[in-house]
Formats: sequence, C-alpha cells, structure tokens
Amino acid sequence: MTSAAEPALSVRDLRVWYGTPGAPVRAVDGVSFDIAAGETLGLVGESGCGKSTLGRSIMGLLPEGAAADGDIRYGGRNVVGLTERDLRAIRGADVGMIFQEPMTRLDPLMTIEDHFAETLKTHEPGLSKAERRRRSLDALGGMGIPPTRFGQYPHEFSGGMRQRIMIALALVLRPRVVIADEPTTALDVLVEAQILTILTDLRRNYDTALLLITHNLGIVAEACDRVAVMYAGEIVEDGPAEQVFRAPAHPYTRELLASIISLRTQALRAIPGAPPDLRDPPSGCRFHPRCPDAMRVCPAMSPAPVWVETGSTVRCWLHGPAELIPPGGTEPLERRRPEVADEA
Amino acid sequence: MRPETEAPATTAPLLEVRNVKTHFALRGTFAGRVLGRDAGSVKAVDGVSFALQPGEVLGLVGESGSGKTTLARTILGLAEATEGSIRFGGEEVVGMSERDLRRHRRRAQMVFQDPHASLNPAMDLLTAIGHPLKIHGIAHDEGALRRAVGDALEHVGLTPVERYLHAFPSDLSGGQKQRAVIARAIITDPDLLIADEPVSMLDMSVRAKILELMIRLKEELNLTYLYVTHDLATARYFCDRIAIMYLGRIVEIGPTASIFADPKHPYTRSLLRAVPDPDPDRRVPRDLPRGEVPDAVEPPLGCSFHPRCPRAFEPCGWEARDLRDLIERRWAGLGEEAFERERRRIGALDRLDAPSTDATISAGRGSGGGDVRDLLDAIRDRDPDEPLWRGVERVETGSGGVDVTFRPHVDPALLDVGDRRVACHLYDPSLAPPSGEPAA
Repeated sequence: MTSAAEPALSVRDLRVWYGTPGAPVRAVDGVSFDIAAGETLGLVGESGCGKSTLGRSIMGLLPEGAAADGDIRYGGRNVVGLTERDLRAIRGADVGMIFQEPMTRLDPLMTIEDHFAETLKTHEPGLSKAERRRRSLDALGGMGIPPTRFGQYPHEFSGGMRQRIMIALALVLRPRVVIADEPTTALDVLVEAQILTILTDLRRNYDTALLLITHNLGIVAEACDRVAVMYAGEIVEDGPAEQVFRAPAHPYTRELLASIISLRTQALRAIPGAPPDLRDPPSGCRFHPRCPDAMRVCPAMSPAPVWVETGSTVRCWLHGPAELIPPGGTEPLERRRPEVADEA
Repeated sequence: MRPETEAPATTAPLLEVRNVKTHFALRGTFAGRVLGRDAGSVKAVDGVSFALQPGEVLGLVGESGSGKTTLARTILGLAEATEGSIRFGGEEVVGMSERDLRRHRRRAQMVFQDPHASLNPAMDLLTAIGHPLKIHGIAHDEGALRRAVGDALEHVGLTPVERYLHAFPSDLSGGQKQRAVIARAIITDPDLLIADEPVSMLDMSVRAKILELMIRLKEELNLTYLYVTHDLATARYFCDRIAIMYLGRIVEIGPTASIFADPKHPYTRSLLRAVPDPDPDRRVPRDLPRGEVPDAVEPPLGCSFHPRCPRAFEPCGWEARDLRDLIERRWAGLGEEAFERERRRIGALDRLDAPSTDATISAGRGSGGGDVRDLLDAIRDRDPDEPLWRGVERVETGSGGVDVTFRPHVDPALLDVGDRRVACHLYDPSLAPPSGEPAA
C-alpha cells in the first residue's frame, strides 16, 4: 500500500454549523482526520451526532443556512469556501458519493446508459461515444450488472441492483475519494453482505480512499481498516478498527459496543440519558452527563486528543494527560441519576 | 389494567392461522381489462399456517418482500385474506364485518415501525393515547380518560405523568415516542400485541430499553406477542419461537434456541451467516446467496429460494428464467467484445421470461442451433457445479435453436424435522437428497 504518500483526504479542524432562530447548531465541531489511498475509514455514531453533515461538507453539499470553516483537502486543494462552480468540477471527478436511497438518486426518466453518458460527458468531454460505452459497461460489469440491461430504466431494477448502479456511476470517473453514507441501510441482509463485499474489494482493486458513514458497528468491523467514533459533533476516538473493537479506549465507544444487540447478546444494556442538544452542548467532555466513568475534571475542561498504545487517538481524561488534570480532578463526579424516560 | 382476567384454563391457542393467503390483484392495462385478461396478483402471503399460545412470543422474521408485514395486517383485518382461516380467541377473523373487526382490534393491537409517523404531530399525548378509548367507546368522561392515559403512561415509563400528558410528539425523542405508541396500544387492554419492527428505527443505545419495556409489559399485562422483524439478533433475544418467512411462505418454524443453534433451511443458514457482527474475529463469508428476493407476482417454480440456494438440487423448481439469469451473469463478467460476439449467437432472451420448465433459446441471425449449444456447453464447462444443470432433464439441439427441458418441480411442504418444521426438499427422504445430506 502507498500509505507513506500524502493522504487522499485530509480534514483539519472542521466546523460546520446551522443557523436556527436561537443559537446555531454546531453539527461538526473541530474534527480532524486523514484517509490514505486504499484505506477505508468507518465513521460511526448515532443519529444527530453530525456524521452525515460531515460527509456532505466534504462533497460541498451543505444545505442553505449552513456554514463551514477549517480545511478539507483532496486533489491538492482546500475545498472549504470554494464556489459552487468550482465544486461542481471536483464533485464526481475527485470525490464520489454513494447515498442511502438509490432510487431517489437516479432519474426515473433516464436509462442507465443516459446516466452514464451524462456523467462522462460532463467530466470527461474528450471521450468518444465508443469509449464512454466501454467505460460504462466495464464499471457496470464490475458490479455484476449484465450489459443486456444497459438500456433499461431505474424502476426495472431491484433495490440492490440500483445501489450497484449508483456505485458504478460513482466509480466510472475513478475518483480517489469516495464517500458512502449508509449505503446498505435500505437493503436486505443478504444484499447488504453483497454490497459490503463490493466495497471491501474497492480499496483493493482501485486504491480508492473510502469514508463509510454508518450507524452499524457490525458493518465497520466487516469493511473498514479504521474507525472514527463521533459523539455530539466531535470525534471521540479514532483508531485501527480491530483494536477499537477489541479494546475500546473511550467510554462512549465501550458503552455503544455493549449496547449492540448481536447474535451473541446475553443481556440487554443501554446507555442512560440522551445525546445532547447541539445548540447548547454540555461543558467539558460532551459525554460526561452519561458517562459511567465521569470524573470531576470532565465537566470542567474539554479533553485533548491523546495517543494510546492500541494505536488510537482518544479524547477522554481517563487517558490523561495527567499533568493537565487539576488536583482532585480524578475523583468520581457526583450527579443526579437520569430519569428512566430521559432517553433518546 | 386487566380487570376480569384469569386466563381461561385451557391450552387453546390465542391465535390460529391456517393456510392464509393474501393476494393483491394487479390493475393491469386498460386494454387488458376490456379484454378480460387477468393482470395477475402479488402473492404477498401465500399459504401460511401457525398457532400462537397465550403468553408466547413468536417472531415473524423475514426480509423485505417476505410478506411478514402483510401477514400481520391480515391478522388485524387491515388487509383482507384471499383464502384461509384466522381464529383469534375462538372467533373467525376472515370475513368479519367492519364492526366486528373494530371489536377484534381492541383485543389485538399493533405497534408500528416508525414512531415519528405513528403519532399525529397536532395531538398531545393525552389525546393521542386516549384516542382508542374514545373510538371503542370505553372511556365515558374526561376523568376516566385521564386516569386511563395516566395509567398507560406509567406502564411505559413516561413519568412523571404530568410532564407527558400534554407533551406533543415534537417534544419527545425517538425512544419516548415509541413508548407513547406502546402506551396507546396497551390502553384498550389487548391480549395480543403485534409489534412490527418496533426498534429498528431507533438508535442502538435505546433499542435495549424498548425491548426491556416490552418484556416487562408482557409479564405485567399478560400479553402475547407477534414480533415482526428483519433483525435476527433482537428476534433471538426476544422470541420463544421463530418463523422464518421467504416470499410469502414460512420456510422454517421452531424454538428460537434450536433454530439459532442449528438452522436447517439453507435460507435460514445464509441469513444467520450474513449478519455483520462487531466481533473482529467473526467475518461475513463471501459465499453467500447471489441475487435478491424475486418478484411475488410470478414467484419461482418449486421452492421460491431455489434460484439463490447453494444446496438446490434436482426437484427444487429449475426453469427457463433461471437459464436466462445464468446467461446474463456470464455476460456481466465478459468484456464488451466477447459479450457482443456471444450475444449475436443467441436470439432474444425474452422467450425465457415465463415460469416454465420448457426453455427455448433460438439462434441469432447467421448462427444455428449448434452455436447456441456450444455456448451452453461452454457455460457449463466453466462452472460444472452450478446447481441449475442438475435440474436439466433433456437438451435438444435443432436447426433454429436449443430446447432445454427441466425436471418437473415439487412444491416444498413444511416437514417435521426434530423439534421444528422445515419446508425444504433436502429433508424429504422420498426425494432422495444428494449424498452427504444432513440426517434430519
């Protein structure tokens, strides 16, 4: 792998906020990470943690009323603050996106051939018609779509096939970075497994950098090299997927893993309380009101990212640095128990 | 909440479903209707039988299109059964008048998947949860209504009650909304609760709480559950028995523990292996069934799962459409030139579109039956283990094409296999399953 080279995608201190009648919602609040070519990073978190906003900001697809600052670098430039015109040239060619609902992303009045022709004409106007056809059929064949169906319309395909077409459509331009936002959520278990296989092969066959956004930790374990865990707009832990699942360093990661109902679950467990309102997040560590390990320092100061021996970066005072914790700061935090119904 | 109930001292099932079919007629084209042509129907539920004992939790597990939700709706009389019988508490539900159905639904309530869509945003919880009492004419004054709603809120853990009586759905989180939906379902004091994916729209960290609530309510209120889900993990935790559905039918039904310890039907086996798990030592295997759940208008012949089944053999229902899929799968893997070359040897594949054991592949212009035969042989040589070939009875090469005749198909019936029932020919000794096959 060519990991020594510059990362394919690099995000530094990214902030995204939405204007509301009251205080702004800080959906993404100081996030940094890299993805190398051929690497898959899983971005996990519960609804409202900011993971989809983060994915969209990389594509430059923020809704009106949202603003961003910080650095998002790929293809040799920072895309934060680019004009819509510049973004349109980059989207597709340098960074591709795979969405959750393939039906709503394909135009029902256009054949599959039309979709490919439009994409290739826009981004690679020099291609001949025959070359466009060959490139399209190659991309589709790689996804298991037979060439006999090239002239058909989206409604003639099943859900799993539509998602394969979407992936082929993203890959036909050979972007170095692909963002996949919950790509299997609307699919059945067996089809989900097929798509995961495709995504796993992607990094091997095309050296693509993939950001896989999901709420399903099982999918991350299956398809990702690294995982970044997001909570209330921040990445609280980022490390090698296998290490994070074996020995989660952040209490939120640990509790989230424990709350998963899997085929081996013997007893049910939930995280008390609910994720915070991002207009007014808790002081210090945002997880402290729900954290079973919270200490006195936690509501007082925001934890800095710390490198731990499992190879992860974690933001949690349990991992220090000790010299920044004031005297008595490691005493357990006293607080009221959340009520039963105070939940997500 | 339950005044008069000592459960009657019988072992009669609370719910008995017998050979229920729910088909939806397709409208077809205008010309078709004028000419009286039948447009066909979607066989959403296609011959399902099971019984539910009082106090039991039965999981109805299947993927989208399996018919599990339609079956649940049919039991409540929200969809009309085309055939069969549904007995609930000794009464026949199929064919009930709307008036009797309303009475029926007091005792059999449903919790839907999406808590955000299940509550009217303009109703506060007192109005929403008390609504069924008004509809069924149970609460006669405001005081009684308030007491009953307060009681239901307490049961589902939305306390202090005063804080929630006048709350609107927009004030509630996803988990709280689902609690309110459950409160509305239990307020009529039902015997049966049908829960259709009650936790699948919720975040991981709160699913456990809603499942715990449902387990507690079952004890407190003597409920019987039909748990409809695609999620095997929650079904395993929650259910006493499980029925696995595929394309409108039950393919395997039995005690949860034995199904998960030793799944018999190849579909159940595949499903269990396909669930992604956060355990880094466990990997989803790559040899999972290809393709997707087929169309329920014209389901595959024989066993509906046969086109995807890794264990399918002679009697499973091989037919023309399987041959078309096989050829198209090959073409998806060829380069453009090779594809065009092969395509020219074959005429249109459209003649392979009907469910039939007779398949004709005509030769393309400028080629003959021998060319088509050569292509079929090449496909077979490339993957001789492809199970489709076991279903082929005869291949005849003519001048204009090739006729492939498949063996007659057998519809799999549910057979007793140990402590469960399985609809799969592998377990039918009379069909002489291939060697190395499981001792049932």
